[in-house]
Amino acid sequence: MTNEKLKKSEKHGIEEILSGDGAGDLLAQATKLGLSHEQLLEMFRTMCTIRHFEYMADQLYAAGKVHGTMHLSAGQEAVAVGTARAVRSDDYLINHHRGHGHFIAKGADIKLMMAEFLGKDAGYCHGRGGSMHIADFSSNSLGANGIVGAGIPHAVGVGLALQMKKRDEIVVAIFGDGAANEGVFHEALNMVALWKLPVLYICENNKYGMSMDVERATAKLPIAQRAEAYGMPWYCIDGNDVLTVYETMKEAAERARTGQPVLVETLTYRYFGHSKSDRNLYRSKEEIKDWRENRDPIKRFQAQLIQAGWLDEMRASQIDAEALKVIEEAVAFAEASPDPDPSTLMEFVYA
Amino acid sequence: MPEITYLEAIRQGLWEEMKRDENVFLIGEDIGRYGGAFGVTHGMLDEFGPERIRETPISEATIVATAIGASLLGMRPVAEIMFMDFVFLALDQLVNQAAKMHFMFGGRTNVPIVVRTPGGSGTGAAAQHSQSLESMFMHFPGLKVVNPSTPYDAKGLLITSMRDPNPVVFIEHKQLYKTKGEVPEGEYAIPFGVAEIKRPGKDLTVVANNVMVPRSLAVAERLALEGIDVEVIDPRTLLPLDTETIINSVIKTGRLLVIHEACQTGGWAGEVIATVTGSRAFDYLDAPVRRLAGKDTPIPYNRELERSAVPQEEDIEQEIRAILAGKY
Repeated sequence: MTNEKLKKSEKHGIEEILSGDGAGDLLAQATKLGLSHEQLLEMFRTMCTIRHFEYMADQLYAAGKVHGTMHLSAGQEAVAVGTARAVRSDDYLINHHRGHGHFIAKGADIKLMMAEFLGKDAGYCHGRGGSMHIADFSSNSLGANGIVGAGIPHAVGVGLALQMKKRDEIVVAIFGDGAANEGVFHEALNMVALWKLPVLYICENNKYGMSMDVERATAKLPIAQRAEAYGMPWYCIDGNDVLTVYETMKEAAERARTGQPVLVETLTYRYFGHSKSDRNLYRSKEEIKDWRENRDPIKRFQAQLIQAGWLDEMRASQIDAEALKVIEEAVAFAEASPDPDPSTLMEFVYA
Repeated sequence: MPEITYLEAIRQGLWEEMKRDENVFLIGEDIGRYGGAFGVTHGMLDEFGPERIRETPISEATIVATAIGASLLGMRPVAEIMFMDFVFLALDQLVNQAAKMHFMFGGRTNVPIVVRTPGGSGTGAAAQHSQSLESMFMHFPGLKVVNPSTPYDAKGLLITSMRDPNPVVFIEHKQLYKTKGEVPEGEYAIPFGVAEIKRPGKDLTVVANNVMVPRSLAVAERLALEGIDVEVIDPRTLLPLDTETIINSVIKTGRLLVIHEACQTGGWAGEVIATVTGSRAFDYLDAPVRRLAGKDTPIPYNRELERSAVPQEEDIEQEIRAILAGKY
């Protein structure tokens, strides 16, 4: 949904945006977007992989195998996958603490992610970062951030470097609804717009900043309309419909690549609590159930694919089982990996 | 060797390094036509253009964040924070981000940025434009803290800062900007973690930074007329700190006085004193180790109040005489 359409809706349009049942004509949509059968199935598979990673992380934590905390993105897979496939693989990524899905979608090595999650030396950060600070510089993923909103202004610098070096990659910077209320959000939007930097900002609005409902935290919704204050185009879309995400990000990325920064807000939902300490006291079981049953991004995409005749139940289960196997292999790798040697503690304090 | 000011030495360091390395660029408020609040970057806009003399809105956090982001792609940004007091606005970026990224990402990236910022009192700028915050930065592993006291050191240490692979906080002092000294043209780099004995002596060791160095030297010269021989050491970089030079000096003199403008409580003098008294120098001490620091107060506006908030030459002289006389 573009600005124009959104502006016409009553209230702030969020109900309207989420009212779609996802049963549109997939064949027509895929053709329009130039996505092949194979590409669609790969997107489906990646969404299943992310979901399994998050469920496995939860199980590992329950089994007492995780030392620290984690922020799981189950329910938000369509944003990660739709975005990653819409932009180029060499585009840069800056993301937030709930970042597992973004990394998997961008092609990070799941074994190294799992090893980092378990604090192993083989992990992406040699066990120094954990779930919250995974980074894969080899795929231009510049690292997840544990300080809410802190990555938003890093995108100014990455965008500026790309502009100064006359390169044609863009930087995709993803943050949450909570981060949009940090001061640096405004500083950074002003500066990317001022300097015409190749930045695609994505506000992954999963309705809660920890326990704070976005409606209690934000004076005017949608969040994305704040972009107007900086003369930036903006979109507010159904973040649980992977093809809507894909289509919007494709358009937004093209604009960013020509030096027109964009802000896209994706409406989505997280199934697990904020982190391991969350008892879900701030939202109802009915609400969670409603999102899981009626707006689940994987179920919706699966139904679309089946309706189009590009998938059947059996093949879907097979893909899902294969995705789980990838995760199980990653766990086996991580568990067999040694911990970092305490004698290496001071390594990496200084370069 | 040409004699230039501390301010000109910094400009020369920036200028020459920008000529040598196209990845170096400056970012900050009013650094273009205005030339920076103190004039450090005066003339650089015309030479290097607005892309590399990147003027920003008043957004300190994003100035530092922009430097960080650009450095991740191989740039070598030098950010200017107009007054050291404003660094608090950017502290998350400097401490939670720049200082930690190399570590928490397992050494897979690094953040080669320099954040230049002038600190210190003496200009009647009152409580929010006069602080000395170097001690705070020493508490953050991953940062380097540089604090030159002479034009020569300013240029040489700045060049090292711009070539270091880590985030560097480069602290200038407003009262030193106009001081003059010999500075060679062309590049020379002063290594970090190497203190300089600015004046050798045998009776007492003074360790001092930035504006306290010339003040201590002036006192030492006066006392020398009476046969009192004070050694003055400038650590030049506080992180890393050259403890060996200080320990060896105390072994020689048997007496230590640490002087800084920063507030006493939690100030870096305590760090130096703990290091010395915990070292082999302890057995050589002939007197209690002492510190002379800024009073634990915000910097006031009134000229005399401001003066009395930080060590002056007469305070330094009095303290040295007291130590030597055994009056503690």
